[in-house]
Amino acid sequence: MKYIIKRILQLIPLLFAITFLSFAMMRLAGSDVVEQKMLNTGQVVTETQLQAAKIELGLDKPFLTQYGVWLSNMLHGDMGVSYVSGKEVFSTFTSKLPATLFLTFTSIVLTVIISIPLGIIAAVQKNKILDYIIRFLSFIGNSLPNFFVALVLMYVLGIKLGAFPIISREMSWESVAMPTLTLAIAMSAKYLRQVRATVLEELNKGYVMGAKARGIKFSVVLWKSVLRESLVTIITLLALSIGSLLGGTAIVESIFMWDGVGKLAVDAINMRDYPIIQAYVMWMAIIYVLVNLITDLLYRVLDPRIRLEGCSND
Amino acid sequence: MTRKIKSLQRKYKNAKVRIIVYAIAVLVLVLIAIFAERLCPFDPYEQDLSMAYKAPDALHIMGTDAYGRDLFSRVLVGAKLSILTTLLLVITISVFGTFVGVICGYMGGLIDGIVMRISDFFLAFPGLVFALAIAALLGGGVANAVIALAVISWPKYSRVARSQTLSVKNSTFIQAAILAGDKPGQIMIRHILPNIFGPVLVTAMLDIGTMMMELAGLSFLGLGAQPPLAEWGSMISNGRSMLQTYPWVVLSPGFAIFVSVVIFNLFGDSVRDYFASKHHLS
Repeated sequence: MKYIIKRILQLIPLLFAITFLSFAMMRLAGSDVVEQKMLNTGQVVTETQLQAAKIELGLDKPFLTQYGVWLSNMLHGDMGVSYVSGKEVFSTFTSKLPATLFLTFTSIVLTVIISIPLGIIAAVQKNKILDYIIRFLSFIGNSLPNFFVALVLMYVLGIKLGAFPIISREMSWESVAMPTLTLAIAMSAKYLRQVRATVLEELNKGYVMGAKARGIKFSVVLWKSVLRESLVTIITLLALSIGSLLGGTAIVESIFMWDGVGKLAVDAINMRDYPIIQAYVMWMAIIYVLVNLITDLLYRVLDPRIRLEGCSND
Repeated sequence: MTRKIKSLQRKYKNAKVRIIVYAIAVLVLVLIAIFAERLCPFDPYEQDLSMAYKAPDALHIMGTDAYGRDLFSRVLVGAKLSILTTLLLVITISVFGTFVGVICGYMGGLIDGIVMRISDFFLAFPGLVFALAIAALLGGGVANAVIALAVISWPKYSRVARSQTLSVKNSTFIQAAILAGDKPGQIMIRHILPNIFGPVLVTAMLDIGTMMMELAGLSFLGLGAQPPLAEWGSMISNGRSMLQTYPWVVLSPGFAIFVSVVIFNLFGDSVRDYFASKHHLS
């Protein structure tokens, strides 16, 4: 319990840093945003109008005051208004978030289904044919950029075979299939290697040889001891790879027109819609930090040894 | 035990051979990138609309794009941008990151504390999300995409360099150097750098492929190279609406990225194996 509180307290400076950076980024885009916003209306802008607009938006106040105001607004769910659509940023963002979370979830599930069994097989069959084949596939997967994988899948599965819709009109299993596959291929290629290395390390430990010497069946050793011991590391590594997945969703979502926050962000970047970009960066960072926190806590639940260590240290 | 040593020696020799083979492949790739313009069979920027979307044949081995430009020539010229820019990026961040890491590791204290908190902060962000934000802030362009990736990637190197520095810092040869009157700067450059070179080099070599893909990814999103500049990521992006009817417009630059990344990854793996088996042998 003490540890959990300590860990959550540690988050506070990080969250401040994330929000501050997101804010500073927006401010750096700064005055020309006001100009751009007014020029977008097509009118001739005078210097006084510009000043008035800046005062109205609070841009004449000191930097830290602006940050304070912005932060308190944000905590109330007010993240400003999109420059393009004129809609509230917060509600736009939350309406797109479920689609991205759904895609992230399916990708993680598929990655687990692909890479854990293959990783274990590769480790057990080390330096045999199966291991080479699996490692070769993982190498290929690691060398393909995800946008190219997406387009190749689109060409083969979508256009040639017509198995899946090319553009995702709604949140359905058929639509999510190709984006999921794209993300899972890239993620599995990396994760599989880590699973293999983890299991191999465990297999090389003394107790495995001891169990073999005592005549215990290898499958029993593998399932009851080795995999159980490796599980903690495997889960941690999976959680750590979620960071790259969150980044990858931006490209994949915009290719498949999957209506999530990644596509929202890419569209916003092309339109210089800073409030949306700001919301995206900030929330993705916060989600990532929270995932790391949960992993850390889960780690303790799964492995009592770390839990005990933590207690004695405090 | 001797059997183990023999197998290690074999691995070491094997890695040496692989390094040479893949280094030649990398060299060929880099030479192609450098001399791209001279190798082009056609002008990569000359438009000829009557030749638009020609399928690959003996004359245009990768076909032509929407403006009738020869894709093979464009892929070659794209190599210049994609490969040379990536190499420049990786060299810059590895030199800078190592420099910071060695100073932090050797000096310790306040500088170390501050710089490592900063790098923690960068590592706490999902990489590409942050790169997207920076690129969005700076606007499109190859230079800005490189800056965005450099900002998020240097902490990796300072981490490696710092931990390696910490592990050699208290060795007797460093103490001898201090006794001999070497200044901290001299010690860091003459004694620490040569000893941490291996792990940093391995990190850098394994990073080239990833960086190349991320750079192409930013260009694909329109945040890197701008048209009509030939760059693999933006070529794929431009051709993607034509995927259904003229797939070669997408497949040619995609294949080029894939082959280059494979070559750099193979080279990186062999460098890693070389240092690993060397380490085990000694």
